[in-house]
Amino acid sequence: MSSDVKGAHEAGEHGFEPKIIVFCCNWCSYAGADLAGVSRLQMPPYFRVIRVMCSARVDPEFVLRAFKKGADGILVAGCHPADCHYIGGNYRTRRRIALLKMLIQQFGYDPDRLRLEWISAGEGEKFQKTITEFTETINELGPSPMRGGG
Amino acid sequence: MIHMAETKVNESEKPRIGVFVCSCGSNIGGFVDVPSVADYAKTLPDVVYATQNMYTCAEDGLSNIREAIRKHNLNRVIVASCTPRTHAPLFQATCESAGLNKYLFTFVNIREHCSWVHMKEKDLATKKSKDLIRMGVARARLLKPQEEAKVEVEPVGLVIGGGVSGMTAAASLADMGFPVHLVEREGDLGGFVKILNNLYVTEKSAAETIKPLIEKVTAHKNITLHLNSSVKSVEGFIGNYEVGIAPKGGEEKKYKVGTIVVATGALEFVPEGLYGYNQYPNVVTLTEFEILCRKKTLPKLKSVAFIQCVGSRGQKMSYCSRICCNVAIKNAINIADNYEDMLGVMEKQGTLVDKIPVEKKATEEILERRRRRRGRGTEGEGDAEEVKLGPSEKIEVTVFNRDVMAYGVEHELTYNKAREKRVKFNRYTLDHLPKVFMEDNQLKVTYFHETLKLERTMPVDMVVLSTPLVAQPDAGDLSKMLKVPLGQEGFFLEAHVKLRPVDFATDGIYVAGTCKGPADITEAVTQGAAAASRAATPMAKGYVQAEALSSVVDETKCTGCGTCIEVCPYGALRKNEKGIAEVIVAACKGCGCCGATCPEGAITMTNYTDAQLLAEAKAALQEEV
Repeated sequence: MSSDVKGAHEAGEHGFEPKIIVFCCNWCSYAGADLAGVSRLQMPPYFRVIRVMCSARVDPEFVLRAFKKGADGILVAGCHPADCHYIGGNYRTRRRIALLKMLIQQFGYDPDRLRLEWISAGEGEKFQKTITEFTETINELGPSPMRGGG
Repeated sequence: MIHMAETKVNESEKPRIGVFVCSCGSNIGGFVDVPSVADYAKTLPDVVYATQNMYTCAEDGLSNIREAIRKHNLNRVIVASCTPRTHAPLFQATCESAGLNKYLFTFVNIREHCSWVHMKEKDLATKKSKDLIRMGVARARLLKPQEEAKVEVEPVGLVIGGGVSGMTAAASLADMGFPVHLVEREGDLGGFVKILNNLYVTEKSAAETIKPLIEKVTAHKNITLHLNSSVKSVEGFIGNYEVGIAPKGGEEKKYKVGTIVVATGALEFVPEGLYGYNQYPNVVTLTEFEILCRKKTLPKLKSVAFIQCVGSRGQKMSYCSRICCNVAIKNAINIADNYEDMLGVMEKQGTLVDKIPVEKKATEEILERRRRRRGRGTEGEGDAEEVKLGPSEKIEVTVFNRDVMAYGVEHELTYNKAREKRVKFNRYTLDHLPKVFMEDNQLKVTYFHETLKLERTMPVDMVVLSTPLVAQPDAGDLSKMLKVPLGQEGFFLEAHVKLRPVDFATDGIYVAGTCKGPADITEAVTQGAAAASRAATPMAKGYVQAEALSSVVDETKCTGCGTCIEVCPYGALRKNEKGIAEVIVAACKGCGCCGATCPEGAITMTNYTDAQLLAEAKAALQEEV
């Protein structure tokens, strides 16, 4: 059993099942997640992917509302810089996420609960690594303030 | 210009959702409790039918969907199986064949994103599958049927770039009967190839090779040539582009075109500061060497060194330039076979390259003998033997390489031929780059011999640097004008590296030749013809159907601030006469950047509405829809 799967079980044992939303752009990151699947790369099962056409479709409001509904962590994944299917949507995403991290901090959220990652269609391993690491981060941070955590 | 097809589905109907959970053999069924997932789906709001299939994509699975749509009067269909990236078109077509608008279909990925990545946690994977289906139901309830807009296509092509790929594309389109505007910024057609000496494999002169193509393009009644001209502006969208073309210093004139082929070519990387380039005479690039050969101005040489991968493959540039190994091999054989032909008229034509210092030396004969011996690896050859030697042994040719990429059917044979002609191939690594220096008025190369593990120095008369093709420095201007992307190395980026190699993601614009990365003439011709065929498709059809994936402005909320217009990468938004944002549906690609930017929440995307995405997120986080 790989270490990440073991990590997932540990999370369950602590009675905390993190709720993680992953916004994947259709062209790179969703395909990267598909590749992770095709490659049978095992990872903790607490993330739920929402497909959007471009990471720039992720309205800051979506992030804030998802936190309000109880998300413990939100990952936004898009194409690498200069590789955006829509020319430069990911640059806008980068700026928005930087601002959002500052904003959620003011709401009492650890900025690490929001993460931006560039994952290409060929980076199944990076998807796995990102999910595993991010799940660990959220496990360490515990439930979100909306779920009674800090 | 844009016609809407007749609407068939009543939007006010209450959702009646059918859920089809796929086992995919054991791919899903082995790691997820599929029956319990299907049972769970039945409990979700508006789900009137849920079932499981062994293989939903097989014919019995598909007919199951069609029957259920009819029998249960389904107006939403959810398939929980693999990935929409491969199977959405199949299930959408199935829905359509049963009379259901394809935009009422929802895909839930429980294989790639679940069963395959949580193979040792059946309970948690089952729970996740239920969550994912709940998210799908939340989304499906809010879906609306969409109509695809029909856009008329102007049957006129534009080809930017008059090199081999551009000329091929223009000639192909013109042969199909479409009028074509061919824009070339130089005064002559032929692009990069026209300055070269000869071409590998055929060994025929480059100019002679492309002459028929130039003649055809020049004489073709369907081709309008714009030499010394460039594209100044591009407005519009597939089928309806308005392009401004201006001759050098002249006035811009507008033309209406339906499709555009980009074939702007590449340049040779200038190895400034590498291996004594621009520092010592007789250190030239591969292309400069071709020019010397073509103009028959090669100086007298006894020893030539080619250095491969100068500035490429992880040095200045990350990529392999693909053509230089074969070009260098061709030139090595050229020197061996036709050296005499490339000499001789130098004096008359003026000196392009300084005379070789070694020629002035009194000890030349001795040096030559030593060099020859080294080339043959034997001592003491006599005069009688020398008569038998081919011309190759009069010049020593060494190719310093990292790996020889003599790919394909022909090139390996050419490489073998070079070896037979005693061209030496010396491998070097990044830890031991060859060094070029001048000592006692003699150009020399020091290199690390990988087999002997020794550093060695050889005198040479000329060093030829094989540098990569690099993107045109002004490709960015055209990229912005056309709203098509460039990759990290500055080359144009195709829509899909495998399946759509000559399309851009932007409809109606295609790409061919070295502007999308290093390619040889064979490849440039293939791509030019391919791009022409792709460009002809919508023109021959006369119209295109735009995927119903675009932004929608709520006029009652829009304040006309213009932020969306600023962020749109496609120029697909403009202000209407009321000062309110308006979407040009055919130009919109549906990325949704404007929707995320709008401070009033006045913009959403068809089929990816704010409400749908938020419902999905909510369903992921809470045990309700």
